[in-house]
Amino acid sequence: MSDDLQALIEQADAAIRAATDLSALEAVRVAYLGRKGHLTNQLKSLGTLPADQRPAAGQAINAAKAEVTQRIEAAQAALEHAALDQALEQERVDVTLPGRGNAPGGLHPITRTLERIESMFQGVGFAVAEGPEVEDDYHNFEALNIPPEHPARAMHDTFYFDARHLLRTHTSPVQIRVMESGGAPVRVIAPGRVYRCDSDLTHTPMFHQVEGLLVDEGVTFGDLKAILEDFVQQFFEADLALRFRPSYFPFTEPSAEVDVACMFCHGDGCRVCSHSGWLEILGCGMVHPAVFEAAGIDAERYTGYAFGMGVERLAMLRYGVNDLRIFFENDLRFLRQFR
Amino acid sequence: MKISEQWLSEWVALPADTQQLAEQLTMAGLEVDSVAPAAPPFSEVVVGEIMSADPHPDAERLKVCQVSDGGESLYTVVCGAPNALSGLKVPFARVGARLPGDIKIKAAKLRGVKSFGMLCSGKELGLSDESAGLMPLPGDAPVGEDFRAWLGLDDVVIEIELTPNRSDCLSIAGVAREVGVLGDVDARQPQANAIEPVSDAVPSLHLASPADCPRYCARIIHNVDTTAPTPMWLQERLRRAGVRPLSIAVDVTNYVMLELGQPMHAFDAKALNGGITVRRAYAGEQLTLLNGDTVRLQDNTLVIADEQVAVAMAGVMGGADCAVGDTTESILLESAFFAPSAIAGRARQYGLHTDASHRFERGVDPELCHIALERASALLIDAAGGQAGGVVEACETAHLPARPSVSVRPDRVNQLLGTAIDPNQMRSILTRLGMPPSEQGEVWQVSPPSWRFDIHREVDLIEEIARIYGYNQLPSRRTSAPAAVPRQSERHLTNQRVRALLVDRGYHEALTYSFVSDTLQSQLDPESTPLALANPLSADLAVMRTTLWTGLVRALAYNRNRQIKRVRLFETGLRFRGSIDELTQTSVIAGVAAGPASDERWANDQRTVDFFDVKGDVEALFALAGPGLELEFNAQAHPALHPGQSAQISLAGQAIGWLGALHPSVLRALDLDGPVYVFEIERRAFDERALPAFSALSRFPSIRRDLAVVVDEAVSAQAVSDCITQTAGEHLEWVALFDVYRGRGVRDGCKSLAIGLILQDNTRTLTDEEVDAVQQRVVARLREALGAELRE
Repeated sequence: MSDDLQALIEQADAAIRAATDLSALEAVRVAYLGRKGHLTNQLKSLGTLPADQRPAAGQAINAAKAEVTQRIEAAQAALEHAALDQALEQERVDVTLPGRGNAPGGLHPITRTLERIESMFQGVGFAVAEGPEVEDDYHNFEALNIPPEHPARAMHDTFYFDARHLLRTHTSPVQIRVMESGGAPVRVIAPGRVYRCDSDLTHTPMFHQVEGLLVDEGVTFGDLKAILEDFVQQFFEADLALRFRPSYFPFTEPSAEVDVACMFCHGDGCRVCSHSGWLEILGCGMVHPAVFEAAGIDAERYTGYAFGMGVERLAMLRYGVNDLRIFFENDLRFLRQFR
Repeated sequence: MKISEQWLSEWVALPADTQQLAEQLTMAGLEVDSVAPAAPPFSEVVVGEIMSADPHPDAERLKVCQVSDGGESLYTVVCGAPNALSGLKVPFARVGARLPGDIKIKAAKLRGVKSFGMLCSGKELGLSDESAGLMPLPGDAPVGEDFRAWLGLDDVVIEIELTPNRSDCLSIAGVAREVGVLGDVDARQPQANAIEPVSDAVPSLHLASPADCPRYCARIIHNVDTTAPTPMWLQERLRRAGVRPLSIAVDVTNYVMLELGQPMHAFDAKALNGGITVRRAYAGEQLTLLNGDTVRLQDNTLVIADEQVAVAMAGVMGGADCAVGDTTESILLESAFFAPSAIAGRARQYGLHTDASHRFERGVDPELCHIALERASALLIDAAGGQAGGVVEACETAHLPARPSVSVRPDRVNQLLGTAIDPNQMRSILTRLGMPPSEQGEVWQVSPPSWRFDIHREVDLIEEIARIYGYNQLPSRRTSAPAAVPRQSERHLTNQRVRALLVDRGYHEALTYSFVSDTLQSQLDPESTPLALANPLSADLAVMRTTLWTGLVRALAYNRNRQIKRVRLFETGLRFRGSIDELTQTSVIAGVAAGPASDERWANDQRTVDFFDVKGDVEALFALAGPGLELEFNAQAHPALHPGQSAQISLAGQAIGWLGALHPSVLRALDLDGPVYVFEIERRAFDERALPAFSALSRFPSIRRDLAVVVDEAVSAQAVSDCITQTAGEHLEWVALFDVYRGRGVRDGCKSLAIGLILQDNTRTLTDEEVDAVQQRVVARLREALGAELRE
C-alpha cells in the first residue's frame, strides 16, 4: 500500500476518533467513503495509472476502504452503545419505591373461619344451607323438642319480637327447615348469625354458629365422633386429643360436649383453658327421635347426627384473639391483620 | 351445685383423690366447673375463749383481753372488735400463726400494751365476705382444739354445673347415688327416721289442684325456740354449699334441701288462719313475699293458702305474713311435691328464681316428702327444741308422676352407638341406675326410678347406657362419602366470589350487629318503619337493620375517630323490612367508601374518593354477574343521598340497589366529614348469571370512527349510548365513551361527549361507504332524538 493511502487511513482514523457523536461520524464517512470522498476519489484516479499497475492499486484502495469502513462501523457501534447506555441510565428507577395502586382489603376473621369450615365439610359432601334469622318459636324451639316453659329455654336468653317471633338463638332451626323441605337423607351444614340477649366481656348479643346435620340409614355415634375428630385436626392443623363428654340438648340424644386438648399448653393447663387442659369447642349428639317426628322423618328407619360450633370461639383459638368483642368493633387496625 | 367432698363422703365411698372424682363426674355428664378448698390455708388457729375484756388504758376503741387456749396460762390480746366480750369463744390465732393473705402473727405492742396473738373474724380466716366483728363460736366449742380440725376445714368444694335434665343430682344424696353408679359401689339411701308425735296438733290439708300438687306433707311443731343458734357444723355445710346461714328454721329447711333435694318451707303456724289449701291463685290476688315484694298473682300460679288468703307461692317462695320470726312459737313444716308443669316458668314470670323453683321445675323425687319432713323435724328439734305433732299427708296418687315402663332393644343400642356392647353389661348398667330391665329377650322393659324425670323413651335409656359405658369408649367409624355429585348451579355466583372481588379492590369486610339504633337508622332510611325488638339490650341495639348502611356508617365513624382516613368497608348479610307478619329478610351486599381515592403512596393520585371510584367497584361486582346484564344506573332521589349523586341500580328493569353519596344534611347529623359513598345491592343480582355463549370471532378487521357530540347537560351518557346502540345496526361491536368535555368551545349548560364506534362484520371487511352511512345515521338520530350537535 502506498504511503498516500496509509496516510489517508491514519487521517481518517484520527477523524473517526475525533467524532464524538453519530452525526460527526457520518460526516467522516461522507468525507472518506462518500461519492466525493477521499478514498472514492482515489478509485476515480485509477484511470490515470498504467494498466498493469491498476489491479494492484485498485486492490490497495479497496483494502483501505474496507479498513476505514470497518473502523467507522466499530466507532458507530461504540457510539450507539454509549448512547443506549446513557438513555438507559436516564430511565433508571428506584426499585424500592412502592408500586402504584392500592393494597387489597381482607375478609373478616369470622368469615375467613366460616369459609374454611364450609370448604372442609363441602369436601366430604355436605351442602351449605341457610335459614331466616328472624325465626318463629316453632322452628327455634318447639320442633327441636323444647316446649314452652322447658328449662332449656332459660339457657337461651332470647330476643323476642312478639309471642311467636324471635331472633334465632342457634342455627339448629335450619335443621328443621332442611328436613321439612327435603326429607331424608340429609347432609348439610348451616352457618350463620345467632342472637342471645346477653352482653359482657365474654358474650356478644350476636355471634356465629355452624350447624351440621347428617341423616341417613345406619348412622351411628361412631360416625359423629369420626367426623368431628377429623374436622378438629384439620381445622387446627394439629394432632390434638378430643374428648366427648355427656351433656344435654333437647334436640339430640345421646348428647355430648366436645373438648379439645388445649393447643396453647398441650394439656398441661394454662390461662386460656382455665388450667383444665381442655377447651370446650362444640356440642353434638344423635338427632332426637322427637325432632325427626316433628320433621316428618321415620325415626326408626333413619338415624342421624347433629353438631353445632361457635365460630368466634374457633377463630379466637385459631388466631389467638383474646377479646370477643373486638370482632364487632370493625376497627380497621384489627381487620387489616387478616388480609 | 356446690358439693362438700366431706359431706358427700358420708353418703358414698369416694375415689382416693379429688381429681379422679372430678374427672369421673365430668365424664358422666356432671360437669365439674371448679374444685376449691373449703377454706384458704391457715395454721396455729385454735378455739379460744375470752376470759376477760378490759378497756385499753390508752385507746378508746381497743380492749385488752385475757384469752385462754385451754392451756394453763392466759394470753394478753389487744383487740378492736366491739363484740370482744368476756365469755365469748372465738378463733384465736396464736403467735406464730399464719393467716390467709400471707399474714404472720407476731407478738406486738399496741398502744403500749403487748399483745400475744389475734382474735379472728370470719373474714380474716377467709370464711366470710363480711366482717361483723369476731367470729362467735358456740358455747360448746372445745377450747384449745385446732380450729381447722374442729370445723373440718380441710375439705374440698366441688362445683358441678348440672344440665336441666339432671334434677336428681341437685343434692348430696343424688350426687352420691351417681358416684355409686359410676364406681359400682353402694350409696346410702335417704331414709326416714320417724319422730314419735308428742303433740296432737295436726294441720288440715286440702289439695284443690291435685294435678299441680298431688302430695303435700306437713307437721306442726310447738314450742320451738326460733332464736336458737344454728349448730356450727350445719352452718359450715351451708356455707360450703354457698348458702348463707340465717336462722334455725330457714337453715334447717335449706340443709335438708341440699342434703336430700327436697325444698321445704316453714310457716308460723299461729299466723295461719285455719287449714292449708293448695290451689291456683285468683287472678289479681296479692301476696307479699319473703323478699318484701308484693306481687299480683296470675291465675296460672299455684299458691299455698289458709282459709283466707294466699300465704306462699307454691314451690317458689313463702309469704311474709306467715314467715317464721323470733317470736314464732309453733312451726308448720311443709314438704310437698309440686308438678314441674305447675312451677315451670312461674318464678320467672314474677322475676324470681329460687333454689326451690329451680328444683321443682326440673322435678323433685315425689317419694322424698316424708323422708325430708322427718329429717328436718329431727334437726330442728335437736337445735331448737319443740314438740312434734304427727305427720299429715294429703295425696292424690293418680296425679303423682306416672312412670310408665320404657322399652329398650339391646340391638338398637348397639346400632345407634355403633358398638357391640354385651347385653349383660347393659343390664348391669341399668340395674346400677336403679332401673333393672325385665322381660329378657329382644325387647326389654324398664321402669324409671322416682327420682328420674328424663326417662321417657328408648333413646333416653340408650344415652344412659352410653354415658355409664363411657363416651370415650365408643368407637369412631370412618365411612366413605357417598358418590352423589352435589348440585352446583353455575348461574349462582357464590358470596365467596363476591367478597373476594371487593377484598381485591381494597375493601375490608365488616361484621356489624343486625340490630341498630333507631335514631341512627332513621337518618339513613327515614321511610321504613323498622322491626323493633320487644326486649332490646339498649337503645343502640333496639331495631332490626333495614339497610346495612346503618352498621357500616357507624363502623366508618368508629375508624374516623381513630385517625383512619381512607375507609373502604363492605358487609354481606340480611336486612329486615316490613312488619313481623310481612317481613322480608333480604340478603344484600353493601359498602361504604370515604377518604382519599387511593392509599397514600408517592405514585398515587391524592384526590378524594368520588362517585365514579365507587361506581367502578359496583360495576366490577356486576361484571361478575355478567355478561349481557340489563344493568342501569338511573338518577333517582333517595332521602339519605345527595340529590345530584344518587343512582338507583336496576337489573332488567327491576330495582336491585342504590349507589350514592350521603346527603350533606345526613353527614351533619351523623357528625361525619364528607364525601361518604355508600352502595347496597340485593344478593339476587348474582343468582341468575347468564352462562357464557360462544360467538364466532371475526377474521376481518374492525373499523373505528370517533365523533364528538355536544348535548345538553340534562342528556345522560346512558341516553346517548342507548340511542347509538339502537341506531347503528348489526355491525356495531362496541361503543366507547372516551371523553367528557366542558369549557371553551362548548356552550354553558352543555357538554361534549367523545365517542368511538367500533364496527365489524364476521364475513368481510366493511367498506368506507357502509361505515360512513352508519355514522351519518347515528349523528342524524342523535340530533333528532337528543338535540345533539356534531362538534367540529
